[in-house]
Amino acid sequence: MFTYILRRLVGMVLVMLIVAAVIFVIARVIPGDPAAVMLGSAATPEDVAALRTRLGLDQPFLAQFLIYLGQIATFDLGESIFLARPVTQALAERAELTSFLTMMSVGIAVAIGVPIGIVSAVKRGRLVDQGTVALAMLAASVPSFWIGLTLIRYLAVDLHWFPVAGYGPPDASLAERLRHLVLPAIALGIPNSALILRFTRTSMLDVMNEDYVRTARAKGLPPLTVILKHALRNALIPILTIIGLTTAVMIAGAIVTETVFGLPGVGNLVVSAVLRRDYPVIQGALLVVSGLYVLINLAVDLLYAVVDPRVRY
Amino acid sequence: MANPSATKSRKPGFLDSRSPTALLLRQLGRRPLTLIAAGLLTAVVVIALLSPWLTPYDPMKMDILHRLKPPTAAHWLGTDEFGRDVLARVMLGARLSLLVSFLVVAFATVMGTILGLVGGYVRPLDGILMRFTDALMAFPDILLAIAFMAALGPSLFNVVLALGVVYTPRVARVVRAATLVIRELPFVEAATALGVSTPRIIRVHVLPNLMSPIIVQSTFIFAFAILTEAALSFLGVGVPPTTPTWGNMIAGAQQYIRQADWLILFPGFAIVLTVLALQMVGDGLRDALDPRLQKVT
Repeated sequence: MFTYILRRLVGMVLVMLIVAAVIFVIARVIPGDPAAVMLGSAATPEDVAALRTRLGLDQPFLAQFLIYLGQIATFDLGESIFLARPVTQALAERAELTSFLTMMSVGIAVAIGVPIGIVSAVKRGRLVDQGTVALAMLAASVPSFWIGLTLIRYLAVDLHWFPVAGYGPPDASLAERLRHLVLPAIALGIPNSALILRFTRTSMLDVMNEDYVRTARAKGLPPLTVILKHALRNALIPILTIIGLTTAVMIAGAIVTETVFGLPGVGNLVVSAVLRRDYPVIQGALLVVSGLYVLINLAVDLLYAVVDPRVRY
Repeated sequence: MANPSATKSRKPGFLDSRSPTALLLRQLGRRPLTLIAAGLLTAVVVIALLSPWLTPYDPMKMDILHRLKPPTAAHWLGTDEFGRDVLARVMLGARLSLLVSFLVVAFATVMGTILGLVGGYVRPLDGILMRFTDALMAFPDILLAIAFMAALGPSLFNVVLALGVVYTPRVARVVRAATLVIRELPFVEAATALGVSTPRIIRVHVLPNLMSPIIVQSTFIFAFAILTEAALSFLGVGVPPTTPTWGNMIAGAQQYIRQADWLILFPGFAIVLTVLALQMVGDGLRDALDPRLQKVT
């Protein structure tokens, strides 16, 4: 187990190295001089030169990359041009909202996808099954920002059930803050529930044909016990994989959802950084999100052993 | 599934031939939903192409006296904040959104196929190419697209480029995996033994066998591209706001959400309908083209 984790961590470092290289290259394909772009048209050549030196842009390409890697290794993601604070600090300030939003969305997606997926598999081929499969496809076809806007229009503006936008006043209680996240979480959760539903269904269908499920049924166990204890536990690995993947996708999806609902989270930070061409923030956010993505995948792999004792590393 | 006696009694015609197209059509004929979705998709494409002749309204012509009017007999889908006809704009949006997504698919398919073939055939390059696609796929679609757009700046062409690069690995993966299987098959071995050159083997023996996975993958990428383009434009980092793609129309309508929900609803319906049809066609094609999947529901 320990050597496996170690091996995976080394592999993760390798992927992150390539990821860092990709981010680095993206930031360098910007047409024109990043320093000049960041400072705008009012900057003097001296200002630009000073910023170039500060950002290390006057160094050779490879040296710049090595400096960049050194900074990442010490958790230094640079300084935001517009927010006048380190990128790590800017990200940390907004992490709470985005992690709550992601967790709530995952919760909603799982709460919709897993039970309906199970029912669909159990009722295979029946009207319920065909209906849910069609619904899942519909859910996967709806843009989350559009769901968000329609939720705002009808549930917030018309019915006043939920706040229209924002994260409440700065001193708002935790419950109040979470209430602001309900609609965003639904908007983000619904389209992402589709994939979980389909994977749950397929995975359940696979194990429902196994001998041990037939044996359990033949023993006269209650259907619910057979479905939940014998089938679901064995079907869990693909389901967990897709939940992990969906979680990572939702962290990125939060970028769009936060913009719809005017939420000051990491996503909102990324969008304003793109519009203001605040490259250190964009690079930092990209690195953190893709790092999380890789970490989540590792966590899911390790969970396999917990879920299924047959899996040994 | 099909009644054997009915098949026998039918006169032999095109659909009884064993040509791949006929086989595919026969498979699709057993899937009414796929056919409906394909019909829907055809309708969207035809409307997009013929839009200027299908509506008396100019999608760009402002009419301030009739601004923000709900749907009426004159304006079926209402008018926007400048009094422009929403139906005409949704149809123009279809043109633009489909054009962008089509170009993305074309880019990703061509690049992905080339990279996949190289990966499958040139072993020394395979490792590097696959690690590179790994890294690109370690970013969620929308995030990578935003990063490219941040570097490139908003424009229609840049959206095509950014999304094309984002979706290329998906094609490359599928093509590489299929190539690795096909190149070991007896007919390729036979061709090699007969002294057929590698480029010709790829063209005559490998590529035709890659068509099914490529077509299926392209259909799904088409659907994803429509969604991602809409999201990028909505965020203001995609196609410039003056170009009325569906995403831009929804973004522009945000501030009128209280007075004029039709401005948000109709472009959204257009996206949902098109993406849904594409996914259904993709699913149907995948099932029809892959005989191994036919037993699994």
